[in-house]
Amino acid sequence: MSDNSVTEIFSHELPATQWDPAKKAIEEAKIQVAMIGFCGCWGCHLSFLDMDEAMLSLLDKVTITRSSFTDLKRIPHHCTIGFIEGGIANDENIEVLEHYRENCDILISVGACAVWGGVPAMRNVVPLEECFREAYIDSPTAVPGAKKTIPYHEDIPKITTKVMPCHEVVKMDYFIPGCPPDGEAIFKVLDDLVNGREVDLPSDINRYD
Amino acid sequence: MTVKITIDGQSINAQAGDAIVDVAAENGVYIPTLCYVKGKPCLGTCRTCSVKVNGRVMSACTIPVTEGMEIDVNGAEITDMRKALVELLFAEGNHNCPSCEKSGRCELQATGYEVDMMVSRFPYRFTPRVVDHASATVWLERDRCIFCQRCVEFIRDKETNQKIFSIKGRGTHARIEINPTLANKMSAEQVREASDLCPVGCIIDKTQGFNDPIGKRKFEIKSIRARVLDTAAKNMTANQANSLNREHP
Ligand code: SF4
Ligand code: SF4
Ligand code: SF4
Ligand code: FES
Repeated sequence: MSDNSVTEIFSHELPATQWDPAKKAIEEAKIQVAMIGFCGCWGCHLSFLDMDEAMLSLLDKVTITRSSFTDLKRIPHHCTIGFIEGGIANDENIEVLEHYRENCDILISVGACAVWGGVPAMRNVVPLEECFREAYIDSPTAVPGAKKTIPYHEDIPKITTKVMPCHEVVKMDYFIPGCPPDGEAIFKVLDDLVNGREVDLPSDINRYD
Repeated sequence: MTVKITIDGQSINAQAGDAIVDVAAENGVYIPTLCYVKGKPCLGTCRTCSVKVNGRVMSACTIPVTEGMEIDVNGAEITDMRKALVELLFAEGNHNCPSCEKSGRCELQATGYEVDMMVSRFPYRFTPRVVDHASATVWLERDRCIFCQRCVEFIRDKETNQKIFSIKGRGTHARIEINPTLANKMSAEQVREASDLCPVGCIIDKTQGFNDPIGKRKFEIKSIRARVLDTAAKNMTANQANSLNREHP
């Protein structure tokens, strides 16, 4: 049942500390980079952080608008590069991924989950109903005596029948395989893009696990 | 008999009858393979070694060189065709490398890196494939089988020469089967041989798991390309030494 009297407020609409205008202007002139995770384990985000000091060489050219440090669901303004972690497993993932596509010039699938479904896609060989039954009804870890129920509410995103790779939902421009890829691989792609080179992930840093 | 051929425009003298794939490797040109095992009869099942011979696509492991052949290995079109074949295999089976015991020593994975595969251009199929653990020593992870038939042809019962592995069904119904009675007669060495021969992580030796740490696994130590080219270079030197010995006893 829909309750239209509730006004939704997204985190990026909440009051925030104002930037120093001079600093803001500098940041806004840089290449805007965002990263978001869908159905993944956040491991690829950790690899993003693993770029470590290599990232320093890009900081005068790049600014990170949305990342694992901020819990913004939407990107506040247009971005040049969007890194996507995770497969697409529910209707909210689809909506947010479409929002990223509309607001990023370049979208990149990072990690096995985004590239082909990865770990969450292991459920793709099992009918959805069976997955739900195993998770909520016949779960060996269910609280004894608790009412067995499959959660359903309009505020809970609806699970898709299968976990999809990002490129089956929107066009993705580049792919960085790995579970997770090394920070080095993510950096190589970012560095190529920022410096206007053709993206090339050499076979010695490409990996699928 | 020596024949003259060209590979990607480079003139090469080769022994008539040698497979294109070997002649190429001996001359420093890597052609990916997945079913070919040097020294064993050709299976010709995977087509990963496809090259153009005088303009026609052929599998380099099954075709012997003949006089005047013009072979295109690294042209853009044929390179992409081989890549597509590898991508097909990843889309057809379920290849979750992070949870695969063979990862790091898998020929399919290593070949994926060599053909620069980042993602499959084909929709991933996620076909349910049942695991078979009926045999005492072998774990058959059907998700990963690429139907190369190496195990079918080359792993046989020592006593009767009967096949231990077989492929049942055709097309999308094809599946690898194991005869548990014969499999249980396999020695530990033969089980290891079968699991090593399987290019992917389908035939898993139950006593082996994630034995080598990440970073120290077979193809991390040395890529499949470097292994193929180095072995060929060594063979080449040995052959040259042999022929010299023959000519000057
Ligand atoms: S690819 Fe691996 S590390 Fe990245 S989110 Fe998926 S499970 Fe986690
Ligand atoms: S068989 Fe090879 S490609 Fe398939 S999951 Fe295992 S390591 Fe990956
Ligand atoms: S089990 Fe392994 S060796 Fe046998 S056909 Fe399948 S991939 Fe080839
Ligand atoms: S390696 Fe030539 S067909 Fe498989």
